[in-house]
Amino acid sequence: MSQPNRIQGNNASAQSRVDVSKPITFSFNNKPYTGYAGDTIASALLANDVDVVGRSFKYGRPRGIVAAGAEEPNAILQLGKTEATQVPNIRATQQLIYEGLECHSTNGWPSTERDVMGVVGKLFGRFMPPGFYYKTFMAPSKLWMTYEKMIRKGAGLGRSPKAVDPDTYETINQHADVLVVGGGPAGITAALNAARTGARVILADEQNEFGGNLLSQTDLLDGAPAQDWIDNSIDELATADNVTLLINATVNGYHDHNFLTIHERCTDQSFDLAPEGEIRQRMHRVRAKQVILATGAHERPLVFGNNDIPGCMLASAVSTYINRYNVVPGKKLLLMTSNDNAYNTAFDWHNSGRLVRAIIDTRPAAGKTVVKKATDAGIEIIYSSAIVQAQGNTCISNAMVAPLDETGEKLSGSVKQYDCDTIATSSGWNPAVHLSCHTGGRPTWREDIQGFVPDNFNKNMIATGAGNGLYPLTEILQDAASAGAFAANACGFNATKTSYAKAAVEDVAPSMPIFHIPHFKPTSRAPKQFVDFQLDVTAAGIELAVQEGFESIEHVKRYTALGFGTDQGKLSNINGMAIAAKKLGKTIPETGTTVFRPNYTPVTFGAISGRNVNEFFDIERYSALHTWHVENGAEFEDVGQWKRPWYFPKGEESMHEAVNRECLATRNGVGIIDASTLGKIDIQGPDAREFLNRVYTNAWSKLPVGRCRYGLMCGEDGMVFDDGVTSCISDNHFIMTTTSGGAAHVFNWLEIWHQTEWPELEVYFNSVTDQWATLSISGPKARLLLGELTDIDLNPDTFKFMDLREGVVAGVPARVFRISFTGEQSYEINVQANYALAVWEKLFEHGAKYDITPYGTETMHVLRAEKGFIIVGQDTDGSMTPYDLDMGWAVSPAKEFSFLGKRSLAREDTVKENRKQLVGLKTTDAKTVAPEGSQIVLDPNQKIPMTMVGHVTSSYYSAVLERSIAMAVIKGGLDKMGDKVYMPQADGTTIEAEICSPVFYDPKGERQNVK
Amino acid sequence: MFLIYCPYCEEERAEEEFHASGEAHIVRPTDPESLSDEAWGDYVFFRKNPRGNHHELWQHTTGCRKFFYMTRDTATYEIKEIYKVGEQPKVATAPAVPNKYDQFSSEQAVKK
Ligand SMILES: [Zn+2]
Repeated sequence: MSQPNRIQGNNASAQSRVDVSKPITFSFNNKPYTGYAGDTIASALLANDVDVVGRSFKYGRPRGIVAAGAEEPNAILQLGKTEATQVPNIRATQQLIYEGLECHSTNGWPSTERDVMGVVGKLFGRFMPPGFYYKTFMAPSKLWMTYEKMIRKGAGLGRSPKAVDPDTYETINQHADVLVVGGGPAGITAALNAARTGARVILADEQNEFGGNLLSQTDLLDGAPAQDWIDNSIDELATADNVTLLINATVNGYHDHNFLTIHERCTDQSFDLAPEGEIRQRMHRVRAKQVILATGAHERPLVFGNNDIPGCMLASAVSTYINRYNVVPGKKLLLMTSNDNAYNTAFDWHNSGRLVRAIIDTRPAAGKTVVKKATDAGIEIIYSSAIVQAQGNTCISNAMVAPLDETGEKLSGSVKQYDCDTIATSSGWNPAVHLSCHTGGRPTWREDIQGFVPDNFNKNMIATGAGNGLYPLTEILQDAASAGAFAANACGFNATKTSYAKAAVEDVAPSMPIFHIPHFKPTSRAPKQFVDFQLDVTAAGIELAVQEGFESIEHVKRYTALGFGTDQGKLSNINGMAIAAKKLGKTIPETGTTVFRPNYTPVTFGAISGRNVNEFFDIERYSALHTWHVENGAEFEDVGQWKRPWYFPKGEESMHEAVNRECLATRNGVGIIDASTLGKIDIQGPDAREFLNRVYTNAWSKLPVGRCRYGLMCGEDGMVFDDGVTSCISDNHFIMTTTSGGAAHVFNWLEIWHQTEWPELEVYFNSVTDQWATLSISGPKARLLLGELTDIDLNPDTFKFMDLREGVVAGVPARVFRISFTGEQSYEINVQANYALAVWEKLFEHGAKYDITPYGTETMHVLRAEKGFIIVGQDTDGSMTPYDLDMGWAVSPAKEFSFLGKRSLAREDTVKENRKQLVGLKTTDAKTVAPEGSQIVLDPNQKIPMTMVGHVTSSYYSAVLERSIAMAVIKGGLDKMGDKVYMPQADGTTIEAEICSPVFYDPKGERQNVK
Repeated sequence: MFLIYCPYCEEERAEEEFHASGEAHIVRPTDPESLSDEAWGDYVFFRKNPRGNHHELWQHTTGCRKFFYMTRDTATYEIKEIYKVGEQPKVATAPAVPNKYDQFSSEQAVKK
């Protein structure tokens, strides 16, 4: 049987947007179906008389399609033909079919079709009462694991692909005078009026074509079918070069200062995988001077017993399927409404050639226009009545209708049964206020339309059309024209008149404020009356929440999970608030407001990341020698954004073996490290010295030209945050080095003090980290090696430790610093980065006879730890003063200017006894290397919780000392030299160690000062 | 994402180019050693947390790297004024939201 619900022949709608000459085959839950070009998955499934599209989250009840747009709560699908193209959270109502499309229900366990509702419903109902999440999270956390497994299995919730996404996504920055959100009658009219002034306009719509609700209704504009007006208007906009038109483009986020994100699905409506060379999705980042929200409204369903049986739909959705897709979702319709507008659904159904059982109107009377049309069509209207309960299993078989009293709160007569297979309901419309809330707006309640409308929080945003609570089409068009002109004028354009199409004026009776249809039984005993279909929240659940003491709607929502699904409660929020308000004896505005956050509909990670994937995901910085390191087998370590060689294994060497070899080679011959990542800041100006005096703890006034000095930097809190060597090139020219990871922060630190506190100092900073490469050779053979390659006099009597010389090395200009982070005789050769590789290779060429050995960060760490040199950030943690590090020698309290952090070094807290201080540790068993981070106690036999006095900050095996060495911070450690401490381990063992000086090797410094 | 006018570049640029550096007009005491621990602590550690207008220090980090001041409404995020270092704000700040640490900040640290 093919497409039994497709309207054909004379009954077919002339305005239908599907092309019956183009059949398309797709599959849903592994079964093939046929639809036509222009169909959504939802319209094609309804055409094929598919009632059940999923199972409900909590009770496992069968669910069908309810809506025709973004508000659809049930038909949430997993899309994709291959593992790599899987996309979760696709609404069947917004996805067009294309040849070969494959999709599955996400809420399908155990099976969408087989009816095991009894079993599953009972099982889940017992496990998940209202307040389930709240109570579960308050309960012992281990239970959650059990619950979570069940919920995930039962609900599906969609899944992410396990293979790499082969598609390309991109981001585009856009600027506009006026961004119009929504391309329905209001949006098109606003865009026309704004664009005609010359303003730069973007018009974006989430659907695959413009027209909005006009595509679903049968209105005439200027006396002709609305489609004519749509076509003419879009033609005009498309040919104007100040207008950008976007379809399949959802404005999902409204961020600060009129910055909006638009998620454009470029190929999703046509292909599983984007064709070669095409972008699948594009994120538009738009900064607009003015934003017009023409977002339309979502119809509200009425809440009644068993209102989730497949076949219960929104009245407007039924009209959409008939008029836009030529699909009538059933054979016999029963319509329940509280307003005139929904009568059109009965007329559309009637015109498709199928039976309208009756219109059940909750009001005592309706407007003249619709009553006449109903009478002409021979449709029965039953006033002051309501559908109290639907009956059926996987589809509706009949409905119970009963008279209502005038308040709408009680039934006032006996039940009559109506056989039907479709129930369409409407309790009015909710303006789509979502975007207006994203930056802090709080929608305000309008009693006359029984809905929330955007507030005036954002002065550069205008809401118009149904999105602002306007419903008669004539009013929408007039208001939208003014909004367009007003927005353009706010951007400096000059609109003097507006123009808009004319629609028919109808005699409309007021709608009735009714949300929840009463039942004969109390709500708690009545058949389930669903409010939030996606998360199975019922009217009884909301009433229970109120009964349990929750008064704020925000608490009720969290307790019941109302509105917490992927649909964000687009259909359920207002009904839920109305039910809570009634139970609380308050009005809806007294109960609260409804707030939405970005995004309006789910956005893929692909669109968010755009081109920032793979090697572009995060910045990687390479030194000028990187390719050499790669070619020579380096293992790499991340240091900030830098990729630094970690160690250079030879053959089958382990890391431990490689590091031991590199350490010994440096101590006994010559080692070389690429130290280019060190932060380097060029400081110039007559006040450079004075500036250094202020930001470093030590004194700089007397540092001679050609000399280097180590300095510590403290925050105003007195805590060390960086260290490094600064060298004097000339009286007003210094080169500061910083830690590799701290360079950006230090640079910023210098600037903020100079610009905001001491602008009178004439000093200039320039980051030169990338311009200079640093090649550091270390070891007893370092001088011999360098001597072969430079014209600089290396005579140790004149070129002493902590001296700087400029000259030529390996044929290129260089600055050579005799400074050492290894404790050996060391030369740091600085050359222009683009010469670095040539110099490096020359050093290896000449160094071969000294067995020159490249080493990485691990060996550097061991060598510096053997000497007790700290690494800021490893041996310090933002709570260590220079005195805590036993580096008082680097503090000059006598300086004239009170250097940054100085006053804090005299605070009560920083001078107190028993602060944690940096010391060395020697394990009793020389071969045991204590894990870094080990906690330190004085009494290993103390009962838990033990008194912890510090922790290990650095710990290595020293090849040259043939024993383990460690650095640690210990309370009062400097006064505990020689004391035993203990490090209890997770495996129950305890490591014993003795506190010592952190300088383990060459304590007198003879090797680095060697002559 | 804010749209911020850099008073040095004289252009509106996206927030991504800027870095917020906390409360503005925290003046470093000229003679720190003369202050009590409490007064020095006020200067180093205590900051206002107003609901409403707030004077802030910002830097055009990936642009001209200049610091400048901004008066911003912390509730609506509206930028009320931008002015250069050395200039004074025209828009007053909102009263600070009282917090539990207020009892420790009785002494005025900053003398302008
Ligand atoms: Zn700038």
